[in-house]
Amino acid sequence: MDYKAPNSIDEAVKLLAEAKGAARVLAGGTDLLVQIRAGLAKPPLVVDVKNIPELRKISTDSDGIHIGAAVSGAELGEHDEVKAAWPGVVEATELIGSTQIQGRASLGGNLCNASPAADTVPALVAAGAICIIAGPDGQREAAVEHVATGPGQTTLKNGEFVTEFRLPKKLPRSADAYLRFIPRTEMDIAVVGAGVYLTLDEKGVCQQARVALGAVAPTVLLVGDGSKAIVGSSLDDAALDRLKAAASAACNPIDDKRGTVEFRVSVAGVLAKRAALIAKQRAEVN
Amino acid sequence: MPRQHVTTEVNGEPQDFLCEPQETLLDVLRDELHLTGTKEGCSSGDCGACSIMVDGRLVCACLMFGVEAQGKTIETIEGMAEGDKLHPLQTKFLEEAALQCGFCTPGFLVAAKALLERNSDPTETEVRYWLAGNLCRCTGYDKIVRAVMDVAAETRET
Ligand SMILES: Cc1cc2nc3c(=O)[nH]c(=O)nc-3n(C[C@H](O)[C@H](O)[C@H](O)COP(=O)(O)OP(=O)(O)OC[C@H]3O[C@@H](n4cnc5c(N)ncnc54)[C@H](O)[C@@H]3O)c2cc1C
Ligand code: FES
Ligand code: FES
Repeated sequence: MDYKAPNSIDEAVKLLAEAKGAARVLAGGTDLLVQIRAGLAKPPLVVDVKNIPELRKISTDSDGIHIGAAVSGAELGEHDEVKAAWPGVVEATELIGSTQIQGRASLGGNLCNASPAADTVPALVAAGAICIIAGPDGQREAAVEHVATGPGQTTLKNGEFVTEFRLPKKLPRSADAYLRFIPRTEMDIAVVGAGVYLTLDEKGVCQQARVALGAVAPTVLLVGDGSKAIVGSSLDDAALDRLKAAASAACNPIDDKRGTVEFRVSVAGVLAKRAALIAKQRAEVN
Repeated sequence: MPRQHVTTEVNGEPQDFLCEPQETLLDVLRDELHLTGTKEGCSSGDCGACSIMVDGRLVCACLMFGVEAQGKTIETIEGMAEGDKLHPLQTKFLEEAALQCGFCTPGFLVAAKALLERNSDPTETEVRYWLAGNLCRCTGYDKIVRAVMDVAAETRET
């Protein structure tokens, strides 16, 4: 295995493109090193992207918030501005692993590892986040929900990697929230995850909403019927029950030791409803 | 693949080493630098026995390549005592029997020190969450948590 740590996006693209798909990007390594050590990945080249300044930066402008793809969970959790604007994205990030894992784990790695149970992905999808992808043909943008296509599979082409996530500018009376179910209190993989983003008008009526679910299908799901269930309502019990039903109906989960199909379908509804209530409470005060 | 030359600072001293790109920092610390206080439990990020500080962040040495340490400042358990003078956490772990076999202890000490440096008055819940990535198969955790809380309280008094 060879190791390269380029200082620029262009250099990284060149290294990845020349390796013709055999190289792996290294961010925090909390997925990749485990896979390499288990013999599941044997890349001839690892391209460490942590020395590229753009990938380590958090900044704000009129478009919203830009988060470098290799920023660690710990760095994101310490960023007051991101926490205030997108508490759901930050709480999802902080759920990843332990303090030690937080010191390294990145949003880019969580997305591109393409686990259906990745915690930040439903939160980013609910938030309407976009990722910026660099590649041999220049830069492109993709909605976060369009990156993973199945467990371990992404739409990234040869030479491409994610450089940045862009969270939209926060609107008044809007907020997001993320909840997951695990059998323990810490250090486990989501059995179900639910992210909700919503905006209220001055009377408390929901103007727009995005609902996303993790660990209930081969990829994270954006549940269109979930938003339809609550837009136009004041998140009364009837609307929340519609949301719960829509979330459960969207699920296409597997049976495994963490949870049965029946359990996942049921919990997805409950978590979507609870996350919507938390988002509502947050939206009312900001 | 030729071994790569890496320049770091370990426990306050400049330290160079040569390593294969696929060697973990944990292997380098233990096998090249003979700093065997940092332990290998799982090699998959689950147990925290390999906890070290890199540029002021608590990380698992088993989930980092040695070559990634280029230019970094590393602190390990060997740097915790000042000569013969134990760190208050080390003293308290001994006094309160917060260890049995001791395999997890270096990891817990490094992690607990990192916590107290950023939060001198943690609640029990905060201590337990901060240390959730450190596993101990002997003590049942209570004595460890109590020792950390006691050091925090005593440090605040002085
Ligand atoms: C003990 C432990 C507990 C964990 N707990 C959780 C948890 O609770 N929830 C959860 O979701 N995950 C968890 N994980 C998994 C992991 O920590 C996360 O998925 C993390 O976000 C991965 O980020 P990373 O920077 O370490 O990725 P890396 O390991 O560096 O990379 C992961 C994958 O993405 C690719 N990649 C990385 N960055 C980019 C990029 N910018 N562009 C393109 N491809 C890229 C890599 O090539 C690799 O295939 C856990 C892992 C461990 C070891
Ligand atoms: S050996 Fe590194 S976490 Fe277990
Ligand atoms: S004292 Fe034996 S594992 Fe903790």
